[in-house]
Parts: sequence; C-alpha cells; structure tokens
Amino acid sequence: MTTRVFGERVERREDPRLLRGEGRYLDDLGHDALEVAFVRSPHAHARVLDVDVTAALDVEGLVAIYTHEDLPGRLADPLPLLIPHPALTAPRTAHALAKDLVRHVGEPVVMVVAADRYLAEDAADRVRVTYEVLPPVVGLDRAEEVAAHLVQEVGDVDAALAAAPRTLELRLDIERSASTPLEGRGVYARWDADDQRLRVYSSTQTPTSVRFAVAAILGLPDSQVECVAPDVGGGFGVKIMHPWPEEVLVPWAARLLGREVKYTEDRREHFVAATHERAQEQHVRVGFDDDGRILALDVRFLHDHGAYTPYGIIVPIITSTQLPGPYVLPAYRVEFSSLYTNTVPVTPYRGAGRPQAAFCMERTVDRIAAELGLDRAEVRRRNIVQPEQMPYDLGLTFQDGRPAIYDSGDFPATLRMITDLIGWDDFPRRKAEAAAEGRRIGIGLACYVEGTGVGPYEGGHVQVEPNGRVNVSTGLSSQGQGHQTVFAQIVATELGVPMEDVHVVTGDTRRFGYAVGTFASRAAVMSGNAIALAARELRAKALRIAADALEASPDDLEIVEGIVRVKGSPDAAIPLRTVAVLSNPLRYSFSEESRAATQFSLPVRGGPPVPRGEAPGLEGRDYYSPERSTFANGMHAAIVEVDPETADVTILRYAVVHDCGNLINPMIVEGQIHGGVAQGVAGALYERMAYDEHGQLQNASFMDFLMPYATEVPHIEIAHLETPSPLNPLGIKGAGEAGVIPGSAVLAAAIEDATGVAIARMPVSPSELFELQGGSA
Amino acid sequence: MTEEQHHITLHVNGVPRTATVPARRLLSDALRHDLGLTGTHAGCEHGVCGCCTVLLDGEPVRSCLLLAVTAQGAAIRTVEGLAGPDGALHPIQRAFAECHGLQCGFCTPGFLMTTAGLLDRSPAPTDGEIEESMAGNLCRCTGYQNITTSVRRAAELLAAGQGGDPAGPWAGEDPQEPVAEAPLAAGPYAPPPGGGVPGEARR
Ligand code: FES
Ligand code: FES
Repeated sequence: MTTRVFGERVERREDPRLLRGEGRYLDDLGHDALEVAFVRSPHAHARVLDVDVTAALDVEGLVAIYTHEDLPGRLADPLPLLIPHPALTAPRTAHALAKDLVRHVGEPVVMVVAADRYLAEDAADRVRVTYEVLPPVVGLDRAEEVAAHLVQEVGDVDAALAAAPRTLELRLDIERSASTPLEGRGVYARWDADDQRLRVYSSTQTPTSVRFAVAAILGLPDSQVECVAPDVGGGFGVKIMHPWPEEVLVPWAARLLGREVKYTEDRREHFVAATHERAQEQHVRVGFDDDGRILALDVRFLHDHGAYTPYGIIVPIITSTQLPGPYVLPAYRVEFSSLYTNTVPVTPYRGAGRPQAAFCMERTVDRIAAELGLDRAEVRRRNIVQPEQMPYDLGLTFQDGRPAIYDSGDFPATLRMITDLIGWDDFPRRKAEAAAEGRRIGIGLACYVEGTGVGPYEGGHVQVEPNGRVNVSTGLSSQGQGHQTVFAQIVATELGVPMEDVHVVTGDTRRFGYAVGTFASRAAVMSGNAIALAARELRAKALRIAADALEASPDDLEIVEGIVRVKGSPDAAIPLRTVAVLSNPLRYSFSEESRAATQFSLPVRGGPPVPRGEAPGLEGRDYYSPERSTFANGMHAAIVEVDPETADVTILRYAVVHDCGNLINPMIVEGQIHGGVAQGVAGALYERMAYDEHGQLQNASFMDFLMPYATEVPHIEIAHLETPSPLNPLGIKGAGEAGVIPGSAVLAAAIEDATGVAIARMPVSPSELFELQGGSA
Repeated sequence: MTEEQHHITLHVNGVPRTATVPARRLLSDALRHDLGLTGTHAGCEHGVCGCCTVLLDGEPVRSCLLLAVTAQGAAIRTVEGLAGPDGALHPIQRAFAECHGLQCGFCTPGFLMTTAGLLDRSPAPTDGEIEESMAGNLCRCTGYQNITTSVRRAAELLAAGQGGDPAGPWAGEDPQEPVAEAPLAAGPYAPPPGGGVPGEARR
C-alpha cells in the first residue's frame, strides 16, 4: 500500500511550528493573567509559628496573599496519595500550603498573587514567616522513619545461597538526581463565570488526571473543569506527579478572584520544590557456581523517599522487579525500605528505579566475572534467558500490580550484536596498545530489560470530516516524543490516507476525556494501539458505507490514498471524504460536498436513515487495555579513557543495541535513545543533588548542577533489533526511557576496567576517582 | 511604591517596537511579555541554559542577562525573524527538521539563534567549532548529536543556497524600516507575516 508510513523515518509534524517560535508553552499563554509567587520554606524541618504579611500589603499591584488558614474544604487537607499500596504503611503527603510543619526546603508556605511576577516576588519578599527550626534528617545514613517495607521472594534464597559453591557480597550506592526539563512546571487557570467552567492549562504529563484532581479538591463537577497540556518543554517523569500544590491553588485563586491567574516555576524552584529521584543504598549477596552461573540473588536496599510519598512506592517497586534484567535467577529475594528524609520528595525520573536496578545487577555480574577470572560477556551469555524460554515469568508482581512476564526478546542475539558493534573480542589488543602508549582505556557492557506500556488503558478517537481531514485525538499528553507524527503514521497506514490529511491532538480533555498519562514508556504502546484500533473501526464503517454506494461487498474494497475502491477495478471508487458525507444523513446542507447527504438526494431504503447500531459520522473510538506490560530490552557498551594525571573520564565510544519491537519511526526512537543516553552519562559522571547536613541544596542552579552540554555527551552508535510484542496489535514496545537505564552500570564497568579500581557508587567525579585510586595515577 | 517606568524602542526583526518598562525588566521578559514574542524562551534566567539566546547587533546574547532598557536602539533578532515572509523555513530551521534536531522544542530557539550567529561568523565551521559554539546551550531532550548534525546540515544548505539561487526560497524583502541590521547568515530579513506590527506595550 502506498500510504504505509508506519516504520518510516518521517519528519516530525510538530517541527515547523516549534522551529518558527510558534510553540505555545505554559508561560506563553495568559498574557493578561495575574501572576503568582510563593514564599517557600528556607528550612528543611521547622514549625511555622507565625506569618506576618503587613509589610507586603503596600506593594504596588498586589492582589491577594493566602496562607493555609485561607484554604477551604478539601483544599485544606493533605494532597492525595496517588498510588496506595498495602506495604506503604506510613504514607504522607504535603498540604497545598504548609500547615504548622514544613518538611523540606522549598515547601510552599504563602501564596502571593499580583499584577505580574516581579511584583508578586516583591510582595513575597516582604512576608515575614517565623519558624521554630527542628533538627532535619538528611541522607540515607541518618534516615530512620520508614514509609514502606516490601519483600518479594522467588524460590528459597537462603537455601540456595547456603548451597552455592561461591558467594559474594557488595555494597552499592546511587545518588540523587532529577528530571530537570528545560521548561519547569507551570499552571494557568481561568474561570469563565458565564459558562461556569474552569479551564486549567498545566505543563503536565497527565492533564486528564489533573482535571479530575482539581475538580475533586475544589468541589466542582468534572463536567465544569477542563484541562489542557499545551506544548510541554520536557517532562522526563517529574511532570507525571500531580496535583502539585500550585496545580490546585492557581485554579482555586482564579475562580475566587474571577481573574486569570498563572504560575510559572523558576529554575531554583524547580530544584527545591518539584521532585527528585535515584538515591539508593544497596546490599547484595549472590551465590554462583564455578562457571559463573548465578544460583541465588539476595538484595536489600534503602530508598530515600524525601519528605513525602504522594506517588506511592512505584520507584522502589520498579527497582525490585526490574533488577533481574535478562538473567535467569533460580532464587531471588528483594527487600526494600523506603525512608523519609527532610529533602525534596521522590517521584519517577526517566528510568524510574531501573537505572539503580541495572547498576545493582550489572555490577554484580561484573564482580562474578572478576572473581572467576572469566570474560564479562561470557558470564552474561551463560546466564541470560534463552528465546525458547519466552514468555518468561519472573514470578514477581510488577508496578501495575500484574505479573512480570517477559513477552518476547532474543537476548543472545542482542548480546552478539552489542559485542560485535563495540568490537568486544578485539578490545584486549586495543587496550594493550593503548597501555603501551601510557593510556588507560577500558570497556564495559551492561544489559537491561524494561517493562513498558503499563495499563490500565488509553483510548483513541479518529474521525474523517466531509472535507477529507482526519482528526485524531488521545487523552495522554506529549513532552517532545513526536506523538503528532507517530500517531499520524499509524492512522495514515491503518486507514490508507495521506499523512498530511491526519491531524493529531493530545492532552486536551475537551477532545478526549478518558486517559491515564504519558510515563513508563507507555504512550506509543497504549495510545498507539488504541488509535490503531479506532482507525480499524472507522475503516470497517467506511467500507460498509462505501460498499453500499458502490454496490460491492466490503471485503472487495481497499482504501488507497484516501480513495475507497474495488480491488482490481480502480474505476469503481469513492473518496473517503464522500463516504464521510454519506455517513451523516442531513436535512441541511452548507457546502457542495454535503449536498449528497441531504434528504432528497439520498436513496430511500427500508429502515431509518441511521440504522440501529450505527451512529452518524465517520468516526471510530476504541481503547487499548493490556493484560500486562510488554518488556523491551537492550544492551549498552562503552569504551572510556581515564586520564592518568587528572582522572578525567572521556567516553571514546558508546554503543547501543535496542529492541523495542516494531519501530513506528526509527528516527524518533533514535532521538529518544540519544536523549536517554545523555541523561545516563549525566547520572554516571556529573549530576547529583548536593544536600548539606542542614538539608540545604547546595547546587540548586544550572551553574552548580552539572547538566552536560554538547561537549560532554558522546557520539552514540545504535543498532536495532525488532522482536515484535505478541501482546498488542501493532507489536510495539515502549522506547522512551530505555536510553538512560544502563548508563551508570556501563560507565562504572568501563572505568573500572580502565583503572582497576572497584566502582561501587555513582556518580563518580574525577576527584572522587582520583581519591579512589589512592590519590595517585 | 510606584516604580519608575521607561519608554524604550527595540528594533526587533527589523521593526521598531516600543514598550514601557521598569528599569529591572529583563530583555527576555520584555520580548516575551511586553512584545508578545514568546518564541524566545527562559529556561534558567541565570545565563546558563541559552534558551533565551537572541542576536543583538548580530551577536548571540542571553536576553535573560540583559535589561530591556540597555537594549534601547539595538537591533535584535529573535527566532520569529528567521522564516521568510511567505512562511518558508530558514535553512537553519529546515536543517533542524530534517535532522531531528529538536524534541520538546523548548531549547530550540536558543540553538537556532546560536547557529545563526555561528554561521554568520563562520559559514563553513569545523566539527570542533560547531561543538564549541553549541556548548553554551543546554538541551535535555536530544543528547545533542542531532543538533550538531543539524548545524552541519544548515551550513550545507546555506552554502548550496548561496551557490545556486543566491536569494534562496527563504530570503525575504528588505526590512520595512531603515534600521541598521547586521546581516544574518541567510540574507536579508523580513518580518514574519502578521508579526511586523509595531505595538504599544501592554503594561
Ligand atoms: S534563560 Fe537565559 S540563559 Fe537560561
Ligand atoms: S528539545 Fe527539549 S530541551 Fe532541547
């Protein structure tokens, strides 16, 4: 079929607009809106004794100042616990504005509304809050208060460890980092008093859920609230958290004041008032035989959850269940404690617990190889799940509450491809040559399996207008993944229409009311399949109507370039846009096209104009709700050079083999991998949240938080493997997070190989590496 | 407390625009909120991310580090001034689309203007020069690889345009106003459709 664009490197539909500067990000909206600034806690742990606003009252342009005392009804209650879990025995969520206690620096205490942000900040500066400072808890070594504790065990780990010919113990650490999209959070709301409707724009990964949360907390019917995610300047997980205090306060103030109100987060606020992730302390015991076959793995880890647990314990659950990676573990036990600290709360950041899992598993496999003097790739080869073992049931409960079962994949093939791509077998020779020149180079390899496309569902709607325009909508939102392009590719292919005719809208509750959100590498799998199913439904209807008009059987018809025609006799044809006209019997006509559907033009048949069971219009709506997640996989390899003098690490090569099932648009998938790898490199070598013992974030700016520039990110070589998922109609798997997952693991391995120094914590800076080497080269 | 206001004229994309702003108003805010040119983005407002990059008298600058009043009389070029009057994308913009040099697009205007500045200075930059020039702009989405490819491609497209059809499909007409403008890599500027109306400040 000529219109098959599924699988092609199609240029993105969203680009011309964004390239012209015509994007509409949150702060580009609401030019006349009042603006908000917050007074935020300067202390990590304190009691709020008094708020004095007197000095702020004569600031020009001030409109309102609110504290917790001003909040009505449910707005005064703690914000929702989004994902309850029986193991989360001591959940805690924040108030929209602090009530009595603050538990991290940056927690909002007072909300100021003024004519613009400058003036709002002027007023916020003059608000005096009196605190009684309490001792803060910072860092996992000081943390004691347990939010959750969970154990999962498959097989008898104690017995298997006791029987294992060899055992090893490791202690591993990962520090905090954060999503850090270049556009921070933001929310803009307007109350339409005439319509009695609240419109909320939020820079969110889940507008549908924001809508329901705002309606519930403000006590409005769902039908009076609509939420739109405009262009979103990156998310990477942080914007799946909701409702933020700001997300409920701004709509509340807009309604109360009868004015448009907007809040745009600044960069420092994003560091101290959004969310972080990653920090874990891991303790591993592994039992294996003399051939390097793993017999038992026992992992205990502590997870730093920060001050609150609004997003439940999804992150440590993912670490627990993705830790096995591609390996057969005859006995596996994982136990974690989520601990409270007086720091920014933890919610998913791209990878969501998986980078820590891969770090843990891959460091362990490397240690086994070192212990036995075996090649690291060979130990992996001996332990990986074989294709004939698919579907492979881990015996664990995944983050969606459903069994973790690998649906497909060819791990041995992936391993062969990555070792070929990086030149694994030839590396010892290269390393020796380099050593002869006084250079220290090293190679590393790391694997992962990623559960993607978690449920419960997404939906899609496809409609053909009488002018031939195809409108597509789905409820989840976009943060740069090119959904307008890939969903158009799917619809163009399914319907047989030119891609230019297809127009996709995402993240607008006015267009599609039911959705979950964009996270967990799920958008393409969930909405992609839902939209494909909706397009198939529409196609079947179009063929029924066209068959009637052409006096043919629907089975004999095909749609090519927007024309429905009888296979083999292309003269018997009717444009899809005409089918759209015929699908909607009319009394009134406004255009040349629609005349054909008016009551004196349509042939009169038996039965009503719209037969029972049919609906007017050429539309399809369907949902995709998978039984369980689909598992993508991949392997990364890197070659690094470590400067003998400065311990500076240079990545000489970085290779990726990636299997996310059928590719909708390889160019976009590669872009996702590039971005993920950059964040993986960042987490391995540069980025960390540097809290001091008082709970002050010392590097809460782009000057001090080392986000990599073009000069720090290596060239990335990619090879794809396409093992379709048997679980969904399109055979696809998620790709959004994959690139970041093995970053720390693979770079730790390569640095260790180059220096001979054991790497057990990430990130590692040149000065730390210098110290690890004993302060000398 | 009433803040003193200043009447300023900024020559943006060849068009004189006036605004009334307090002395502390950032140029980035003046462009975005007083003139409604929201293509220039603010990712940090402390001079590190480069999202707010515009050309000031032909040189890439961070508009979040300048006060609008200090740009009085200067020629400013923003992302809205890149495409031709007929809406045709500038070769730099085309290159970014071809090479998938953007994802969320938030950093993109900054990279485009930095590229414009680079290619104006150095029409055939080396890979090293490209990396060096781009190393003042942050992107969280792309991992930069496709951005540097886009810049190389932009240089090619510009060179090809100048060799074959000197005006190229992107070239516009002369500026409406006789404002002294540094030449942009692609040739003369023309205001975007509908964007060239001198406007009063909102506040
Ligand atoms: S906003 Fe100006 S450099 Fe970041
Ligand atoms: S494309 Fe999103 S920050 Fe660069």
